[in-house]
Amino acid sequence: MSTSRTVLTIAALTLREASRRRVVLAVAGLTVVLLALSGWGFSRLAAEAGESGLTSGEARLTASIVLNLVMFGFSLIAALGTAFLAGPTLSGETESGIALAVLARPVRRPAVLLGKWLGLVTFGTGFVVVAGLAQCLVVLVTVDYWPPQPAVALALLAAQTVVLLTLALLLSTLISPMASGVVAVGIFGATWIAGVVGGIGSSLGNDAVARVGTVSRMLLPTDGLWRGAMHAFQDPSALVQMGGDEVGAFPFLGVAPLSPGYLAWAAVWVALVWAVAAASFQRKDL
Amino acid sequence: MAEGTGAGASREAVDAPRPDAALPDAARPDAPRPDAARADAARLVAGLPPAPAIWCAGLRKGYGRRPAVRDVSLEVARGEVVGLLGPNGAGKTTVIKMLLGLARPDAGEAMILGRPSTDPAARARVGYLPELFRYQPWLTPAEVLALHVRLAGASVPVAEQRDCLSLVGLAGRTGDRLGGFSKGMQQRLGLAVALVARPELVILDEPTSALDPLGRADVRDIVLSLRSRGVAVLLNSHLIGEVERVCDRVVILDSGRVAASGSLPELLGRREVRLHLTELGPAAEQRLGATGVVERVGDWFTVALPADDGPGDGGPGGDGPTGDGLAVPDLVRDLVGLGARVHAVEPGRISLEERLLGILRAGTAGRPTEGEQ
Repeated sequence: MSTSRTVLTIAALTLREASRRRVVLAVAGLTVVLLALSGWGFSRLAAEAGESGLTSGEARLTASIVLNLVMFGFSLIAALGTAFLAGPTLSGETESGIALAVLARPVRRPAVLLGKWLGLVTFGTGFVVVAGLAQCLVVLVTVDYWPPQPAVALALLAAQTVVLLTLALLLSTLISPMASGVVAVGIFGATWIAGVVGGIGSSLGNDAVARVGTVSRMLLPTDGLWRGAMHAFQDPSALVQMGGDEVGAFPFLGVAPLSPGYLAWAAVWVALVWAVAAASFQRKDL
Repeated sequence: MAEGTGAGASREAVDAPRPDAALPDAARPDAPRPDAARADAARLVAGLPPAPAIWCAGLRKGYGRRPAVRDVSLEVARGEVVGLLGPNGAGKTTVIKMLLGLARPDAGEAMILGRPSTDPAARARVGYLPELFRYQPWLTPAEVLALHVRLAGASVPVAEQRDCLSLVGLAGRTGDRLGGFSKGMQQRLGLAVALVARPELVILDEPTSALDPLGRADVRDIVLSLRSRGVAVLLNSHLIGEVERVCDRVVILDSGRVAASGSLPELLGRREVRLHLTELGPAAEQRLGATGVVERVGDWFTVALPADDGPGDGGPGGDGPTGDGLAVPDLVRDLVGLGARVHAVEPGRISLEERLLGILRAGTAGRPTEGEQ
């Protein structure tokens, strides 16, 4: 069987699994609730701003911060969802025996892994883009704010999801399904915290502490991509309003856009981790 | 059966026809033109019998420090049904997994349908029912079969896929999700999965472990029907009766090694006769001992008969008592002549189960059974 046919068959199967196991339904329900709540919150914000006489700049800053906060919620849902989907889909199938019948067919294991990855990428990025776009529209309707670079922001959020699910896929070739989800989400959280710590370090002018954030962003690019996404969601005046350099300590504003070098590193990171996952899966005894 | 010799001969047969092996010769300056050489090679290949369904030599596999399989060589010819027997932990499932590329052997090599087992294409015409059978619980049986047909790269019409489900008794459940299926139903589905992509080799690992007696009879019929269509079958089963009924040949594994292998007549060739005797003098006892190994319990004597005593009318695989050539009537005549009183004569055939237990106990006692190797 041709490799591309295997990849597409397994990708379609992974998507069908997400839909049949009601993962799509659960995530959609959660998204609708979050959108409704944020819609209510933003409309209250607009009303308060009108009553207390916030300047338009202050209103934009508030909208930027709250938008980033809600987007963080979506990125969490996407991260948790894909990490906990990626674990069971590979190591769970190996444990239960589902993989035995599939891998005894004339298929190459890396092709099966690529199919799983593609299915999960489609699911994760699809969710981030649809939910993120809906959230932008909610903000537009309620407080009349439209992010400066919505496409870049959503693409970076999607890239963050891809990074995390690739890590979860690698872990699922090495450890048990439940452990792989927990470890992936744990590392994701730790990197985010390291990013905040690094931000505090740079705002205090402490290079050693600032380096914590830099190193963690290289080791796992989720936090770096998230900060790039925030920068693309927020109003350019927000940074000035918050007070220049010290804004680095604030977790819901991005200080600078991502450099092409960092984006390239993120792509290389995904390719490397995927290759290690493929090598590990190829060598695995079932 | 001389397993090693057979395997070696077939290895040559497998290696010789590979067209790529002929190319370096054709490239030499003094060699005939490449096109002609290729045509010669093609003619050579066409004239050869097909490679065995399964051939493996020197397979070894350990998990940590514990060796699971040590030096297993076996062969399954096209259209042959071979039973894999052995106690728990003998390495049967590990051998099957290595053949299918699901586990990596530490040493040794295997060919499936003429291709190295490391090449996924070798599995294009292989059907497999794993010991641990589990299929996507969110799919229906019809969808599982469609998935496997697609993964196998085969083109099997939907009607034929449905026939496959009918064959295993799932015709009425084609549209139900597997989540609600019993283990027996899932094993039936596994059987359909193994059969659906028109295999030339079917590997069944404990295919009746979750089935009721009716299901077991169905599996037996399916294996017999596969044999009649020339499909090779490797059957790993604990149910010796099942193996005895459907298999042409048996390979017995013990502690990761081939303890014995051979056709059923070869393995079951040894027959015996039970005699109830009294007033047995030393001469009569000597006569008994001259026939074969004697076991005595009170007045009952069990005498192993020579294997070359001629086939009986029941034949191996038959259920009735076998005819005993001339050894038994001659023995009875001589015993009566030597003054013994003969109360009962019960000809018997050693069952595969007794044979298996004998081989395994001999292995445990550290006495390797070399006769069948």
